[in-house]
Amino acid sequence: MDNSKQNTGAKILAVIKGNPIALLLVVAAVVVGCLKDNFFSWANFSNLMSNTAVRFLIALGVSGCLITKGTDLSAGRQVGFAAVVAGILCQKGDYGSKLWKWAPEMNIGLVLIIVLLIGLCWGLINGFIVTKLHVPPFIATLGTQTIVYGISLVISDAQPIGGFQKIYTSLINGRLGSTKSFHLPYLLFVALIFGFLFWFIYNKTRHGKYMYAIGGNDVAAEVSGVNTTFTLIRIYATAGLMYALAGYLLAAKSGGASASMGQGYELEAIAGCTIGGVSTTGGIGTVPGVLVGVLVFELLKIILQFLGVNPYYNYVVQGLVIVLAVALDIRKYIAKK
Amino acid sequence: MSEYVLEMNGVSKSFPGVKALDHVQLKLRAGKVHALMGENGAGKSTLMKCMFGIYKMDEGEIRMDGQPVTITDPMDALTKGIAMVHQELQPIPARTVGENIFLGRYPMKKALGFIPIVDHKKMYDDTAELLKKVRMTFDPKQKVGELSVSQMQSVEIAKAVSANCRVLILDEPTSSLTSNEVEALFRIIEDLKAEDVAIVYISHKMDEILRIADEVTIMRDGKYIGTWEASELTTDKIITQMVGREMHNLYPKRENVPGDVVFEVKDFTSINPRSFRHVNFQLRKGEILGVGGLVGAQRTELMEGLFGIRSHTTGEILYKGKPLKIDRPKDAIDQGVAMLTEDRRGSGIMAVLSVADNISISSLNQYLDYGFVINGRKVENLVQDNVKKMNIRTPSSKTLIKSLSGGNQQKVLVGRWLANNPDVLILDEPTRGIDVGAKYEIYCIIADLAKEGKSIIMISSEMSELIGMSDRIMVMCDGRVTGFVNGSEATQENIMALATQFE
Repeated sequence: MDNSKQNTGAKILAVIKGNPIALLLVVAAVVVGCLKDNFFSWANFSNLMSNTAVRFLIALGVSGCLITKGTDLSAGRQVGFAAVVAGILCQKGDYGSKLWKWAPEMNIGLVLIIVLLIGLCWGLINGFIVTKLHVPPFIATLGTQTIVYGISLVISDAQPIGGFQKIYTSLINGRLGSTKSFHLPYLLFVALIFGFLFWFIYNKTRHGKYMYAIGGNDVAAEVSGVNTTFTLIRIYATAGLMYALAGYLLAAKSGGASASMGQGYELEAIAGCTIGGVSTTGGIGTVPGVLVGVLVFELLKIILQFLGVNPYYNYVVQGLVIVLAVALDIRKYIAKK
Repeated sequence: MSEYVLEMNGVSKSFPGVKALDHVQLKLRAGKVHALMGENGAGKSTLMKCMFGIYKMDEGEIRMDGQPVTITDPMDALTKGIAMVHQELQPIPARTVGENIFLGRYPMKKALGFIPIVDHKKMYDDTAELLKKVRMTFDPKQKVGELSVSQMQSVEIAKAVSANCRVLILDEPTSSLTSNEVEALFRIIEDLKAEDVAIVYISHKMDEILRIADEVTIMRDGKYIGTWEASELTTDKIITQMVGREMHNLYPKRENVPGDVVFEVKDFTSINPRSFRHVNFQLRKGEILGVGGLVGAQRTELMEGLFGIRSHTTGEILYKGKPLKIDRPKDAIDQGVAMLTEDRRGSGIMAVLSVADNISISSLNQYLDYGFVINGRKVENLVQDNVKKMNIRTPSSKTLIKSLSGGNQQKVLVGRWLANNPDVLILDEPTRGIDVGAKYEIYCIIADLAKEGKSIIMISSEMSELIGMSDRIMVMCDGRVTGFVNGSEATQENIMALATQFE
């Protein structure tokens, strides 16, 4: 009995030691919560959950690229692209400034499928450029980032898109439980389902093992018979799917879409992964880690907002947290010498 | 004045979970070659890293000329006259020989009397001087990436010499050198001895040690076993001290009986005109075919060509008379061919992954439930089977492979290939950088596999291993097969004669 208690204590201590930034932020949240009313409210909690949910989906997509020593800078623009396409297709049939007046009102399920297919295509294109044209992922996705943004501007005519079908916004902003007291946003469940799915893929499937192997040593993986090309294409394609899903949800969540949506999200996602322990040298990273990383980032934003910090300073603080988190994380590896 | 240039006394060093060094001593005399021996994991490298200031020792002292000194980091070691040539060379390939040698301490001059700039002329003149000292004739302005491994090593030695070192550590300097190059290295060592440099020589090669060393210190499991005059020692004595048990045979008795020809290569030619060309050979069931030759004979390239890592233009590979189409390693694996590559770190292990992940990666299809879920228990069984069969020493299947010794890593990789139950197994330098005990274990595994009827191709640069383990030896020179020697008739001389048959 005592022994197991000690073990649990040691485990908790290890977790705290492993994630000093996360702990710091939780403490900060408690302090802010005590100082400001409304911080510990269901509305705020729900807000945090749904923000985190969308960012988490994007970070899951990017995590595969990072674990295989790649990256995906087109993530944010792909989210924007999906949001624009979803927005246009989900506009009400009788909406005055409907962008595609010739198009009929579409079923939002069908729209989701279309958006996902487009995301898949973008991912396949990234995977193709990285594996077949041998362009380094950083440059390849820098290129597609710009291309995707350009096309977003063209199809949206650089106009904000609104007037969505009611069912689209109300379904995605829906929640379980009463609005006033305890409730959980649907988005939270979407995030949990995909989190579990990715955990399963990363730990229990051949694809996951191949992904870690490529990140650990791509030459050795190829020599061991891993189809590295196909595995990488699959990783970038999956990432594309996740961005598309996130874009589709984000448009509904915001009640509007524009080409500039999702700008910079790739960096937030990469930062979240890195804070969560995904190693940029490859082969290391877990789904729970990514979740913690993203959550920490969103928590930080909310804390700053409640403290009434000038929003422009947010960038400064977020940047500091990224550097600090990674610096602390890296100490674990250099301390062993 | 002490009789020792440098002495280390009572040195201890612990890492989380292991005591890597336990009161170890080492005493070096000027102008003497001091061999440091022990199995991998015995603590030789750790001791050297303590001397070179890479690790901080927990206990113990270092004295130079009898005076206690503290060495804080490698830069400090260099200024005190201690230089180290690492086992894994770390040159900057895209820069010149001169720049590599003077890296971090470029000779400077003042332009226009006040702007400090690098004095390239002095740097290259000094480099030329140094290269002469290590008996090398190449251009100081050549890019290091264009040099051969042995030339790179000479550059590293020149670098060490340039620091006016009094103690030079050579960590397995001959592991990738040919016989001629080893001779050249020994001449350099003789020169350095004449200049009163104390040399620490780490190697697993007995004949070298007995030839070049003046004194030998042996370590085992992080402990100091003793120091002897090299003249008092024999190979058997050294091995006995290293492994702590008597060892009579270097090679196991082989009971394999080569059967019919199963694997045949015809007119195999690389796309690179300077690599392997017009290679023909046959391999029998249950046969161990050794592949000998000098470094640069394109043996590895040939095998990588057969395995689909490198491309070929013409040529055929037949398995039991049926042509195999191999464009990438996966094709070879699917058709029953496996290859243990030469560069364990570069193309073998996945350092940050576990033993279980490393051993199962090329046979994951066998452990799937419902066609897609990996059954952890089946993977664990695979690991445990191999741990038992090959005596792999690992705390658990979840241990990261990078924390195992070289010999155990190699066994994990052999296990990776055997999991696919291949018919033809290509082993490229299977015992490189592995200690004597583990070497013997690997030889036993190879002999057992041949007995089971597997056909084995083994590249080796160690003559005695080649002769001791092969049924037949194929010798290559400069991309061509220059001849075959039967294992029973093989001698160093007839192999060397074929290996040097340049056109």
